[in-house]
Amino acid sequence: MIDASFRVCTGMPQLRRAARQLALFVAGLALAAGAAHAETQGITVASTTSTQNSGLFDYLLPKFAADTGIEVRVVAVGTGQAIRIATNGDADVLLVHHPASERKFVADGFGLARHPVMHNDFVLVGPADDPAGIRGTGDIAAALRSIGERKQVFVSRGDDSGTHKKELELWGAAAFDPSPASGAWYRESGSGMGATLNVASAMAGYTLTDRASWVSFGNKGELEILVEGDTRLHNPYAAIVVNPDRHPHVHAGEAQAFVDWLISARGQAAIAAYRVDGQQLFFPDVVAAVED
Amino acid sequence: MVDEAHRAEDRSEVRLGSSDDHPLLPLVARGLQFGINGRRIINDVSFWIGSSGRTVILGPNGAGKSVMLRLCHGLLQPTGGEIRWGELSVARAREQQAMASQHPVLLRRTVTGNLLHVLRVKGVPKAERQALVDAALQQAGLAGLGSRAARTLSGGQQQRLAIARAFVLKPAVLLLDEPTANLDPAAVRGVEELIGAIGAAGTKILMTTHDIAQARRLAADVMFLNDGRLLEHAPAAEFFTAPKDPAAARFLAGELPD
Amino acid sequence: MNEFSTAVGKALSMIVSLDADLVEIVLLSLQISLSAVAIAAIVALPLGALIALHDFPGRRGVVILLNALMGLPPVVVGLLVYLLLSRAGPLGPMGLLFTPTAMIIAQSIIVLPIIAALSRQTIADLHEEYDEHLRSLGCSPLQSVATLLWDGRFRLLTAIMAGFGRAIAEVGAVIIVGGNIQHATRVMTTTIALETSKGNLALALGLGLILVTLALGVNATALVISDAARRRYG
Repeated sequence: MIDASFRVCTGMPQLRRAARQLALFVAGLALAAGAAHAETQGITVASTTSTQNSGLFDYLLPKFAADTGIEVRVVAVGTGQAIRIATNGDADVLLVHHPASERKFVADGFGLARHPVMHNDFVLVGPADDPAGIRGTGDIAAALRSIGERKQVFVSRGDDSGTHKKELELWGAAAFDPSPASGAWYRESGSGMGATLNVASAMAGYTLTDRASWVSFGNKGELEILVEGDTRLHNPYAAIVVNPDRHPHVHAGEAQAFVDWLISARGQAAIAAYRVDGQQLFFPDVVAAVED
Repeated sequence: MVDEAHRAEDRSEVRLGSSDDHPLLPLVARGLQFGINGRRIINDVSFWIGSSGRTVILGPNGAGKSVMLRLCHGLLQPTGGEIRWGELSVARAREQQAMASQHPVLLRRTVTGNLLHVLRVKGVPKAERQALVDAALQQAGLAGLGSRAARTLSGGQQQRLAIARAFVLKPAVLLLDEPTANLDPAAVRGVEELIGAIGAAGTKILMTTHDIAQARRLAADVMFLNDGRLLEHAPAAEFFTAPKDPAAARFLAGELPD
Repeated sequence: MNEFSTAVGKALSMIVSLDADLVEIVLLSLQISLSAVAIAAIVALPLGALIALHDFPGRRGVVILLNALMGLPPVVVGLLVYLLLSRAGPLGPMGLLFTPTAMIIAQSIIVLPIIAALSRQTIADLHEEYDEHLRSLGCSPLQSVATLLWDGRFRLLTAIMAGFGRAIAEVGAVIIVGGNIQHATRVMTTTIALETSKGNLALALGLGLILVTLALGVNATALVISDAARRRYG
């Protein structure tokens, strides 16, 4: 097409100025838009999917807020990721369930101190017809070995969570390495407990889960609890305040208030009082210690 | 109509009309060239137009008429030669001109919206706009169609709108590129009446066409263009009865490709 | 199938009774996505116009890149914004991670190329058609841009609606940068993911129905508008 090019040159300085003003305006807009919900008050707790999905926080946090007026935001991810978030300083409190990792977190200077808060236990769930023949055994290691030798479908968290780390320790105790079978009968979902249970339910497979997640899970299908009670299935939760010396912006005061409340008589009583389907899901640590 | 024809010493330059007291006349071109990628579209064209009568650029398709018009209006830059409107350069002169193309470029708005757009761009005060819009609609025979979507009008109506829009601020010069090329006879008549009325009001009209009959009806003087060259420039009466250029004669006889 | 119909029934009753949690989640979703689209549009429309109208060396490459960015995987955007906003990252001190602002930022980035590419196309097409006329009138560059933007209003509107459809349906980026925190950064898509994983199908389905209705509604409206506009204004 016969046409001289459109000359915007004379208008370019004008447009460039406008563009700069625009960028500033936009940045301001983004902050303002989010600020309508901005919560720079309160604290962020990096915790696990098991505590979240069981509904415990929905029950506890309003009580805590009523007592202290502090707002709590929970980011629920696998233990490994929660620890990474706390290490980066993106959270004020860490509440997870893998003692070895927690001790390392404190030893490395990222956390102030480890406070045991509550515990429950893990259970092994599987299809009602139990092809691996492990129902009722008290020995979790033997059960896992049986599953592995008979190549029954086992769904793993596979996400570096506390549950996942516990599972790997138990395979170690069973002297059985499932990793060569990954993708065959050993399925690593790489997801939270709920999603993993969904997979196990759909595939009628075995999986290790914390009792709280199991009780509050709404899609059990053919799955039942098959193995429980082994002392190695103990599942302790601990809370740690992120070290303000490492991350000065951490709301250390409010974070400590949260942890203190959890281990206070009131907090511990609330934890004990939480029920799903009439079942108590979490058992307080501190009160039990006092009673001892 | 035409006052007198002054023949310059150089046969290629014909002066038509004395310089009327018109702000943009005479329109003078000297050695105009225009080409793209080495291809010559306008080849060494010179002319002198002084009268305010209707000048028609006539020629077969592909002669370069549209390009010629756009060079006069400043939408294209010549690759050689020069062109001036009176004392003004083409760029300055454009402010007092308006153009309507062969295919009317109507904005995706109402009829009134199209007219208001021009007024807004040219900075006409708000209070004066409605009167101008009404006058333009009246003149184009589109009264009552103001709120119609402009692109839903018939071909003839669209072209009349485009021309009335070009004329809304009474420019000194109106350039029309094949204004009736795609219209049926009734529509053609409507457009030609509009052109006649505008010309009668004193506006200089420069238009292109390949339609000999239309040129006969409208032209005060004719510029015959063929293959990028200006072959003849004469008052209409002379041109149509006794064309001097052989190609022009063949064209009028219907023998040149139309 | 019985379980499914029970879930649908519960879902519909939640919608009808305007369940408080449901309403909160829907409103937050709308707030975040509408903000993101508004911000993206404010940047993208002039950007598209600028690229369409100003010839500069390498423009063709920029246009290709812009169109390619429409296919930017949202979850990757989420990851990049996460790295940016984390305390360990360059914008850490602003403390924006796990907030609605972070989600708005991520969605704006996802939506921006869509609106910019479509608006560039629209403006370029209109420019080709109107250029001579606007130059004949002696429009300033600003007047030209305004004319093109207004005349392209329907196509630009559908471009914006396309962006909104993308934003409201997005789940990967917002879950990464928002953390899916209850009462804070939990939106329709992330809730559906969460509740499904908990086996709470009723709530998930209820939200799913609303989301589908919204997304389809927006797309259908966009189509109707562009259709009507084309018929009326040509």
